[in-house]
Amino acid sequence: MVSGKSRRPIKARGSRKVRARGVWSIGDRVGLTIAWATGIFLCLVAFSVTIYLALKGVQYLNLDILISRPEAGTEQSETGGILDPMIGTLLLTILGTAIAAPIGVGIAIWLTEYGRPSLLARFVEAGIEMLVGAPSIALAIFGLLIFQNSFMAPFSFTAEGGAVFGRSFFAAGAIMSLIALPFVVGGTREALNSIPKHVREASYALGKDQASTIRRVLLPSARSGIATGTTLGMAQIIGETAVVVVLLGASLQLAPEGAIPVLDVLKGTGSTLTSYVYQNSPAGEGKAPEKAYAAAFVLLLIVIALNLFVNQISKRGRHTWG
Amino acid sequence: MGIESADEVHDRTESGIPPIKRIVVNGEMPPVRVSQGEANGAPTHIAESFVIDQGAMAPAWTEERMKVESLGVRFDRKEAVKDVSIEVNSGEVLALIGPSGCGKTTLLRSLNKLVDLTPTAVRSGRIMLDGQDTDLMDDTLLRKKVGMLFQQPNPFPMSIFDNVAYGLRERGTKRPGKKELEPIVVDALERAGIWAEVSDNLSHPALSLSGGQQQRLCIARSLAVRPEVLLLDEPCSALDPISTAIIEETIVELKSEIAIVIVTHNLQQAERVADQVGFMYLGDLVEYGSVEQVFNAPMAERTKDYVRGDFG
Amino acid sequence: MSSLTYEATGIPVESEEADPVNRRVELLLGALASSVLLFIAGMILFTLFKAWPSFAANGLAWFGAGGNVDAQLTDIFNSPADPADYIYKLRAWPLIWSTILISALSVLLATFIAVFSSIFIVHFAPGPLQKLIEPVVKYLAAVPSVVYGLIGILVLVPWINSTFITEEMRSSVAYVIQLDGSSVMAGVMILTVMILPIMIALIVDSLRAVPLNWREGALALGVNKWRAVRTVSVRAIRPAIVAAAVLATARALGEAIMLAMVTGSIGFAPNPFDGFLFFMEPSRPLAPSILDGEEGLSVVPFGETMYAFGFILIVSCVFFSFSGWAIRQSLGRYSIGAR
Repeated sequence: MVSGKSRRPIKARGSRKVRARGVWSIGDRVGLTIAWATGIFLCLVAFSVTIYLALKGVQYLNLDILISRPEAGTEQSETGGILDPMIGTLLLTILGTAIAAPIGVGIAIWLTEYGRPSLLARFVEAGIEMLVGAPSIALAIFGLLIFQNSFMAPFSFTAEGGAVFGRSFFAAGAIMSLIALPFVVGGTREALNSIPKHVREASYALGKDQASTIRRVLLPSARSGIATGTTLGMAQIIGETAVVVVLLGASLQLAPEGAIPVLDVLKGTGSTLTSYVYQNSPAGEGKAPEKAYAAAFVLLLIVIALNLFVNQISKRGRHTWG
Repeated sequence: MGIESADEVHDRTESGIPPIKRIVVNGEMPPVRVSQGEANGAPTHIAESFVIDQGAMAPAWTEERMKVESLGVRFDRKEAVKDVSIEVNSGEVLALIGPSGCGKTTLLRSLNKLVDLTPTAVRSGRIMLDGQDTDLMDDTLLRKKVGMLFQQPNPFPMSIFDNVAYGLRERGTKRPGKKELEPIVVDALERAGIWAEVSDNLSHPALSLSGGQQQRLCIARSLAVRPEVLLLDEPCSALDPISTAIIEETIVELKSEIAIVIVTHNLQQAERVADQVGFMYLGDLVEYGSVEQVFNAPMAERTKDYVRGDFG
Repeated sequence: MSSLTYEATGIPVESEEADPVNRRVELLLGALASSVLLFIAGMILFTLFKAWPSFAANGLAWFGAGGNVDAQLTDIFNSPADPADYIYKLRAWPLIWSTILISALSVLLATFIAVFSSIFIVHFAPGPLQKLIEPVVKYLAAVPSVVYGLIGILVLVPWINSTFITEEMRSSVAYVIQLDGSSVMAGVMILTVMILPIMIALIVDSLRAVPLNWREGALALGVNKWRAVRTVSVRAIRPAIVAAAVLATARALGEAIMLAMVTGSIGFAPNPFDGFLFFMEPSRPLAPSILDGEEGLSVVPFGETMYAFGFILIVSCVFFSFSGWAIRQSLGRYSIGAR
């Protein structure tokens, strides 16, 4: 009886054919068809965006563009490359992450490990959520409001009459950190929450206090969560445009301000890949769509790389607690 | 095998026995109320009163409803059910007993092909419902005829009424109106023995009921779609003794109308409600026979040890 | 949720007092966390403060319709230098209407697509496709808005212009606006794709959290799989769908760059009575208006007008994010990673 023939896998039933007998109403079938269509639609959008940009990128991107600085020009061939925007993206990402990571981790620790008074903790949670929802353009003009104050003069260019320009890598980086912050908090909290109670209790049993338990036991265990959150935050910074357009000034090249190396660049204005794409698209002034395509492709590559990286660390960092 | 099944269908139509379904659907059968003791001690009483009530009709309880032929179920490498053949007769309660992990729940879930939802499951052998291969039936049609009750009460997050009406509303192309549904819902709640408790608040959320009430609501929900066979997967394991007693009473009352298969850990429960008992061990059906035989004169050593409580 | 208020069970209260370091760490971190609230409050207040002259000069008429909003903005920008002569007159309705229109249409469209695609992902996609589609959604979420904008302006806008816009349509509205493909339609299409991943992530998460035994209960009643999912799972996660839509609304309201690129940047209120043409009309929501006016921020009355736009945006976005958060809290589920 248990011959090879009768040992058929369940999947091989001919039930699909029978299904047509009206158990599935028209509405059910339409619904299922729409579900399939939307799923395939998502894949199609992703692939067409990627393939289109890849084709354009291969067409217009070359080493020359990567290593030359952007220039003002009337012809597309005269507009130079994307070296400065790439450096700008790098600087802004480092700056924003450097501010967001410690603050974000701190907030996450407070929320998960202390969280007293609990009402305040709930409000902080809501606040973080609002930060995610806050429009970046509004954050940007608020940033301008702050950095145009005279006491913020050290962070940007000051005009003859004492008016503070308010636009610089510092200013943009500070606001960018707010955009990355919720992601750092989220990643860290998730990691801390996944550490079971007994790990903490084991540490207390050894006579460690809460602060050192956090530093010696919890934070090392939450490393991959922190890394995931920070990387997601980085991706947000790299992809953000409105803050750059408002707070980094309109110069395509890095425009250092002052005499101290490094600090002068941070105090000055510049551009990033996103603002470069914007300025060079028909919506901006550059009208160099080929360069915009090249920069957009580079941007997409970075985003894909970061995505893969996040997948890797979250895969590797997945603890299984006893 | 094919010829065999064709014969069965043939026999059935020739003998002129009306399917049990019709009796149940019409709801004409007077309720056969038998006390628990009677049901246990003398199942024939039910059959007699049944036959008398239905006139010259052949005793339906001897009718074979489901037939499992050499069923095997594997999950990846693990064989959960090995070459099991068993019959489910209407008018009887079949209890499947055995230690945890012996495959009785898997066997039960094969009867309405719910096991197919597990992606790794591979099934072999045949399961016949009224002489028809269930693999050739649509899943949903099969499950309409073979209802199921789960270990955890699982009422939907809706009102009591909507829960009971759910199966009727959502399984056809046409949604019946509330007027049409009302008598069926009330009847189902009555038969599940919960009507008295919920009659005045049918619009209350089902999840606000107690565990025992929820389980009886789930019975009502299954009964509302008029199943021919009812599968019970340890229906009382999450309930208190009082709810358990009420549900067992309900089971005994229902068995005159539909074939019931119950999986249980509780040997006393099996003894109380069952007519036939199957003892499973490590995927094998070790013993299958009447409740008296399995509990009082088991043939296999394993069964003897198990019913004596030596293991399991 | 309870894990967030994890109590240090191992530490008796006395030892906490005896341990000033620990106490200080707690206070420091608490202050850091509270600064987020201070920041949000400060942002709202300072923006309102900066925006006040614009609201005060116009009163409630600020929100109303009347005249050409772009011309009014130009007048404000060209205000005389004397503060006494500053021009503030603004009727911002076309911008507000555009914001509502584009956000609402794309959220509606995205909700529809997100619900169906989430059902597909969780319950119906065959194994390999399921493995493919989840990274695809994450990837779509990560594509920068400016890249969407670039493709929009260079591919979608010309396509709309050549496919949907006829000469009759062009001439029928030539006295007010020019149709060139930059349109509500382009904005809604791309914005939908941009907010979809957020919604899908949330809805997929909650679909997965629906107890299996509910679905099994429905299937065991002989209900087909689609119905079981629709009538039990989707029904059970309705609050999560609302939360997803509300959070997506906050995102949609705040999108500036992409909309500035594809909606034509004209302060025009598309008229629903124009029929199909309505979707082809250009407009400009509030967020892109700020971006467009960014260079004029130093002109005092103009800057104040921009901050007024910003205030409206902040308040509505904060409101929507908070509501979405509150709904999700009431669901008892919190996972920031699901964003």
